[in-house]
Amino acid sequence: MIQFERFVLANGLTVLVHEDKSTPMAVVNVLYDVGARDEDPNKTGFAHLFEHLMFGGSINIPVYDEPLQVAGGENNAYTTNDLTNYYCQLPAENIETAFWLESDRMLSLAFGKKSLDTQRKVVCEEFKEHYINKPYGDVWKRMRELAYTTHPYRWMTIGKELSHIENATLEDVKAFFQKHYTPSNAVLVVAGNITVNQVKELAEKWFGPIPAGNKYERNLPQEPKQMAPRTAEVKANVPLDALYKCWHIYARTDKRYYIADLVTEILGGGASSRLYQALVKEKKLFSNIECYHFGSTDAGLLAIEGKLVKGVAMKDAEAALNDELFKIQQEGITEKELEKVKNKTESMMAFEDMSLMNRAASIAMYELLGDASLINKELDLYKAVTAKDIIGESRIIFDINNTNTLYYFAN
Amino acid sequence: MLNRTIAPPIKDAVDFDLQLKPCTYFELDNGVPVYALDAGTQEVFQLELVFYAGNAFEQQKTVASATNFLLKNGTSTKTAFEINEAFEYYGAYCNRACYNETAVINLSSLSKHLDQLLPVIKEMITDSIFSEEELATYKQNSKQRLSVNLKKSEFVAGRLIDAYVYGEQHPYGVYTNPEDIDALTTAAIKTFFNEYYLNGKCIIFISGKLPDQIQTILNINFGGLSIGANKNPLPVSTIQPAEQKKYRISNDVDGVQGAIRLAREFPNRRHPDFMKVMVLNTVFGGYFGSRLMSNIREDKGYTYGIHSYIQNHLQQTAWMISTEAGKDVSEATVEEVYKEMKILQEELVDEEELLLVRNYLIGTILGDLDGPFQLMGRWKNIILNGLSENYFYDSVQTIKTISAEELRELAKKYLNPEDFYELIVI
Repeated sequence: MIQFERFVLANGLTVLVHEDKSTPMAVVNVLYDVGARDEDPNKTGFAHLFEHLMFGGSINIPVYDEPLQVAGGENNAYTTNDLTNYYCQLPAENIETAFWLESDRMLSLAFGKKSLDTQRKVVCEEFKEHYINKPYGDVWKRMRELAYTTHPYRWMTIGKELSHIENATLEDVKAFFQKHYTPSNAVLVVAGNITVNQVKELAEKWFGPIPAGNKYERNLPQEPKQMAPRTAEVKANVPLDALYKCWHIYARTDKRYYIADLVTEILGGGASSRLYQALVKEKKLFSNIECYHFGSTDAGLLAIEGKLVKGVAMKDAEAALNDELFKIQQEGITEKELEKVKNKTESMMAFEDMSLMNRAASIAMYELLGDASLINKELDLYKAVTAKDIIGESRIIFDINNTNTLYYFAN
Repeated sequence: MLNRTIAPPIKDAVDFDLQLKPCTYFELDNGVPVYALDAGTQEVFQLELVFYAGNAFEQQKTVASATNFLLKNGTSTKTAFEINEAFEYYGAYCNRACYNETAVINLSSLSKHLDQLLPVIKEMITDSIFSEEELATYKQNSKQRLSVNLKKSEFVAGRLIDAYVYGEQHPYGVYTNPEDIDALTTAAIKTFFNEYYLNGKCIIFISGKLPDQIQTILNINFGGLSIGANKNPLPVSTIQPAEQKKYRISNDVDGVQGAIRLAREFPNRRHPDFMKVMVLNTVFGGYFGSRLMSNIREDKGYTYGIHSYIQNHLQQTAWMISTEAGKDVSEATVEEVYKEMKILQEELVDEEELLLVRNYLIGTILGDLDGPFQLMGRWKNIILNGLSENYFYDSVQTIKTISAEELRELAKKYLNPEDFYELIVI
């Protein structure tokens, strides 16, 4: 059971406090309700580029990192399609330093052209390192464009193309800040060896005076139901053929999300999972196969990917995979399998909650979803899933008309 | 009115009193040493069986890692699937990893399942059968994975730089080619298993929420095996560094980045310079605010990240600089790295930067001591490197007291550009 308290400042900033006296450390986690899905389709990659710029100095503090490091702290940030999260961990006695730094960059940024020029280059190198200079690096760019026709999940967090980042102007970036980086669009979580009263006082002192700004009203084009299977083919300079398939699943807050999550575990979680056993070990058609989902806030994707054993024909590999998917839709799963994936989920949650930083980020993430107490309720939601739910949802998810397939061939 | 230009007062991290929570030591009936740490707030544990079965012991390339991998792929009573199922049913993770001297089996799980899981581990390390079929699948899939990795310039660079520093015959410099995987046989693997697992040298580390009778439980499962503490002395390997220092390799005609590695050999953790150099390395390229990051990423934008580090080897090691930089700026990046070396050799690190690095390092250690697995990780490092508890306190003391003059002297001793191997793979 993870305890926390919640309060809201007059300017709309939601604050959650999680006390843990067993550690000498404290974590300050600031989550902004903005991700790549909030970008203009012609200016993608902004939320992430912006995250880089947030380290380029704020209105009253020329550099972010140094004062934190002097206080014995460490920090980082990440951007997803849904959100942007900044976190720092430091000795609890120095926690005010984190309040000072984080509140100042929520107040106003101060980076100049030099900072923008440099970070544009850095992000372009990041783009190249992860998505260009790697075999199969362009898969998710292609798959997102195949599976989504309308929803901004069509593009990756890093951006649709290098040029969007290269062309980013200071005006674009400033407008983005004005729109999204306001107290009412943020969640502050403070965790560790601190007290609620101490956090209340510090939050009022440092974040209280920040003007409320406008609440961003999200109004994204929703993805229409897919009505027919879609396929695409790539030939590239890679050593092995690979098969990628995706199906639309449910929003993070939908009850069926938990069912879909357990379906991925049954199919692809670990070396005793169905796909690995059948397709890698028994039939030896794939040298690896994985099944997972994106965990997105809006309706996301369930994915299966695998590399084919050299010499195996794509159609044979795909047919064998489809057989396995057919089997779960026809025969469902055993009680033992269901028990196994529930046990795995319980254990995974316990390990995740070991780290203070994870607990802080999870509380913030659940708050953003609308209810921080989900952090303590989700295990029961998983436990409530039945074998009947699994077979029912498998039939809906793996419907042929909900299928997106990318055939990736070696030259 | 709040003055936001003034930083709140802080307690310097160097004023923190760092304590390494002690662990319990005992021996099983067969003499196997056990280090146990009962700590933490979650009902979980992690068990590590460290065997002296790394690639330093192998007579034939890649036998050590194949043996380690296949420990989970079948015993006389269980198939690979059943072994995996035995762990995964309880939501447990059983991983294995093969290093240079050691090879590890790592089990983590909710504490309540400890009793069910240990017998499976015992079965793996006493009764693995290494069937022809499992080996054939392993060979095929390893070769496929290798073929994908060889397309990545960073993978190729990582192999080559180690080969230059240590020599291809040295356990730290050797790398695997497809034909080495082809040459694997169940006979060679069984022989290796027999010598280095079944009758091998083993050390056990266990941490987390532990039952009171942990000693008895471990003894029941592992105390009767023919593993022990005093077997298989480490083979001594001498390095055979390459003659040539500078390399430019073309791996992918479509490559848009260069994988850059600069490295020099460096003594092990028992050398008196080691802890001091850890501080110098932090200044140089060991954290986000380092000289290399500030210059090459934050000022020039040549790369997404650049890091320097001392490799974590037991016998001797290397000081490494590693980055992926734009193809057009790869050569310029190398030049900038050398410039930063020169600056450290010529100029004193000023007090402000030095205090920052001291505080940062102490803060990192403090954060790192959070949680039983991390604590045990510290202990494991101390024990496997043949160091004493003092090592931890001495390192903390070094961080707090090392002077700018000492850092400059160390830079003069170790950061000479001409001592470094230099590699760019595009």
